[in-house]
Amino acid sequence: MTQQAAISTIGPAPAPWRRTGSKRRMQQRTVTSPEQARRLEALVGRIACQRDRGAFIELFQHFAPRLKAFMMRGGADPETAEEIVQEAMITVWNKAEQFDPARAALSTWIFTIARNKRIDMLRRQVRPEIDPLDIAIDDEPSPDARMALAQASADLRGSIALLPADQRQVLMLAFFEDKSHGVISVELGLPLGTVKSRIRLALARLRGMIGEHLP
Amino acid sequence: MTADLDLLLMDYASGALPEGPALAAATKLALDPAARAEMRLLEATGGALFAGVEPEAVSEDLLAATLDRLDGAPAWTGFASPPLDAETRRLLPAPLWRYVPKGLDGLQWERWGNNVREAVLPVADRRYRATLLHVRGGHGVLHHTHEGLEYTVVLSGSFHDETGQYRAGSFQICDGSVRHRPIADKGEDCLCLTVLDAPMHFTGLMGRFINPKVRF
Repeated sequence: MTQQAAISTIGPAPAPWRRTGSKRRMQQRTVTSPEQARRLEALVGRIACQRDRGAFIELFQHFAPRLKAFMMRGGADPETAEEIVQEAMITVWNKAEQFDPARAALSTWIFTIARNKRIDMLRRQVRPEIDPLDIAIDDEPSPDARMALAQASADLRGSIALLPADQRQVLMLAFFEDKSHGVISVELGLPLGTVKSRIRLALARLRGMIGEHLP
Repeated sequence: MTADLDLLLMDYASGALPEGPALAAATKLALDPAARAEMRLLEATGGALFAGVEPEAVSEDLLAATLDRLDGAPAWTGFASPPLDAETRRLLPAPLWRYVPKGLDGLQWERWGNNVREAVLPVADRRYRATLLHVRGGHGVLHHTHEGLEYTVVLSGSFHDETGQYRAGSFQICDGSVRHRPIADKGEDCLCLTVLDAPMHFTGLMGRFINPKVRF
């Protein structure tokens, strides 16, 4: 105890938003295992079928802090981020029936809700969208798509981690900060062609690794 | 020039596209299963990155405040779209419905001669000009160039120009380097969505009379 106090007076004060716990523990909390993913999916099912508030609370405890981090990386201040988190979680409650685990992983479905709330509330723009209830759109997933998709989602996280740093960087700027490839090229001071080819290389690699498993 | 469709879809998946090009992307997606498959990969990539984000603690009262708002929230029943006639629903994919609240016949069609008519869609983002363009089979639009980008999605029929042939569901992006004269193929009328992010210039003699009419 005394030793810890001594260290903290010598070293620089830790930034208030950084937890000082071990990095390893942090990563364990961050990564979602396939079993945990299935458990979270089941919670959405309980909301859809029974309007189960207990299931919602569990889902909130997992996703709200991730949504807040996502919004803050997109440029929202903490209060605005929490407003958008609330709206996104209410959308999860309202649209629970629409979630189909054979079509998308839960984290993907919630990412699309968060992305759309960000456009709506942060950028105040209109986003034209395809309507999943449109009868003209019938991409029926195959019977074993669900199993394949769970595996593909886990593989995808691993595949992204294996990308070269410069390719991973453009994906993160795009998806976390909703920057277009044009804006990314300006911000990184790189020719447009370089950014385009980094995105294409990254996507080609991901497609090669998991593409055939997606419905 | 369709080489950059993949990057347009990437920007649509990340949420970075403004309304004009997003309308072109969504319309293309509604018409093309292969583009939707690509979108699933892109969104799954976004989902995987999101799943790995380092959590940020939320305020203690956020859960209670959210729970308070759950009651009475209506269940989602699809996108609110205006009641539309069957013909409009048949000819236009769903992303366009909100832009034609009174159906195709309720749009203000401007005629360019006997064979071409065009209706401007009410896009909220004023930087873009989105139109439905209807060309009679065998006829064409005047030669023109663009200052910015022109996105075209073929909704029905087909057309050809100096760069190739485009059938229903095809997508074309033209930049300022392209001077083209799109002609609808004989036998069937061609209906397209066009989105411009800068004024278009007609380049022929007739174009000098028409240019002042094409304003944002």
